[in-house]
Amino acid sequence: MKTIRLPVWTDRRVEDLVGNLLRSGVLLAALVVFSGAVVYLARHGGEPADYRVFHGEPNQLRTISGVLREAFSFQGRAIIQLGLLFLIATPVARVALSIVGFAAERDRTYVGFATIVLAILLYSLFGSS
Amino acid sequence: MHIGSLTVWELTILVWIGSAIAGLLGSLTGLGGGVVLVPLLTLFFKVDIRYAIGASLVSVIATSSGAAAAYVKEGISNIRIGMFLEIATTLGAVLGAFLAAKVSTSAIAIVFGAVLLYSAYLSARTRVRLKSDEIPDPLATRLRLNGSFPTPEGIRHYFVRRVPAGFSLMFGAGALSGLLGIGSGAVKVLAMDQVMRIPFKVSTTTSNFMIGVTAAASAGIYLNRGYIDPGLSMPVMLGVLAGSLTGTRILVQAETKWLRLVFSVVILLLGAQMIYNGAAGKI
Repeated sequence: MKTIRLPVWTDRRVEDLVGNLLRSGVLLAALVVFSGAVVYLARHGGEPADYRVFHGEPNQLRTISGVLREAFSFQGRAIIQLGLLFLIATPVARVALSIVGFAAERDRTYVGFATIVLAILLYSLFGSS
Repeated sequence: MHIGSLTVWELTILVWIGSAIAGLLGSLTGLGGGVVLVPLLTLFFKVDIRYAIGASLVSVIATSSGAAAAYVKEGISNIRIGMFLEIATTLGAVLGAFLAAKVSTSAIAIVFGAVLLYSAYLSARTRVRLKSDEIPDPLATRLRLNGSFPTPEGIRHYFVRRVPAGFSLMFGAGALSGLLGIGSGAVKVLAMDQVMRIPFKVSTTTSNFMIGVTAAASAGIYLNRGYIDPGLSMPVMLGVLAGSLTGTRILVQAETKWLRLVFSVVILLLGAQMIYNGAAGKI
C-alpha cells in the first residue's frame, strides 16, 4: 500500500515561496512599467514636462478599473500605472501567501494577525477612494 | 536648461540618473536611498512634494521587496515579528497618508527636514551594542515572537522584550512612512534592536521585509487621491531599482564607512534645505 507523503510546511518553506513571489512581483512590475514607458515616451517625449504645480491625476489613473481600461487601450501612462499597481500588489500578495502558510502550519493566531494586515492593505487600495 | 522648460524625455532621463544614484548610495551605505528622493525631486527638480512623495513611496516598495527577497531566503528575518508589528506599521501608514491630505505641504517639508537631520545624527553616532536579553518575556513568548537564526558560531536563540513599546514605535514608523513617502527603516530597526532587544541582523532583515508592506498600505491611498503620477514615478522606480541592484553587486566593505559619512553630511544638508524651503513657503 502506497502512502502519499505531503510536504511538511515549515517556516523555511513559506519564506522561500515568499522570496520568490517578491522577486517575481517586482520583475513583472518593472517590465510592465518599462513597456508603458516606451509607449509613453514615444508619444509624448517631446512635450514639455512640468510637475511644479499639483493638479492631481485624472480619474482614470486613480482607480483600478480605470487603469485597466486605459492600459488595454494602449495608453502609455496607464500601462505604467498598471505596472505600479502590480508593484503595490506584490506586498499584498505576500501577506496573502503568509496567511496560507500560517494556516498550513495550523497557526490560528498568525492567520488572524496576517488577515488584519491584509484587511488594512485592501482597504487602502479599494476602500479609500 | 531651465527646470521649467524640460521636455518629458529630458526630465525622464535626468530623474532616472538622480534616482539611480540615490538607489546606489542607499544600497552601498545600507541607509536607504528613499530619504534622498523626495528632497532631490522637490529641491532640484521643483516637483510638487505630493507627486514626489507618491513616486518615492512606489520606489520604496520596489527596493525593499527586491532586497527582502534575498534576506528572507537566508532565514534570518523573523516573519512572526514582522507580521505582528506590521499591524502597527500599516495602521500608522494609513494614518500618515490621511494626515498628508490635511497638513500643508510646507509643514510636510519641515517634518521631512527634521527626519533627515535626525537620520544624519543616527547614522553618525556609534550604535550602542546591547546584550541580548536571556530572560523570556511572557507576552513575547505567548505571541511566539522569540526565535533563532544561523550565525557562523551556530544557531543563536534570542528573546524579545518590551512588546507594547515596540508596537507603539512601529505605529510611529508607519505614520512617518505614510506621511513622507519614506521606508522608515531606521526607526523600525531602532525599535527592534534597541527597544525590543532583537539581534541587529534580525532587526535589519525583518525591517526590510516590513518596509514594502508598510509602504503599500499608504500607496493605495495615495493612488486613489491622485498623488502617484506615472510619468514621474516611472523613472524614479526604474532608476532606484537599477541603482540599488548595481549597489548590491559592487558592495565593497572597506569603502562603506567613508561613503556613510558623506551620505550623512548630504542628508544633513538636504534636511536643512528642506526645513528652510518649507519655512520660507517655497515648498
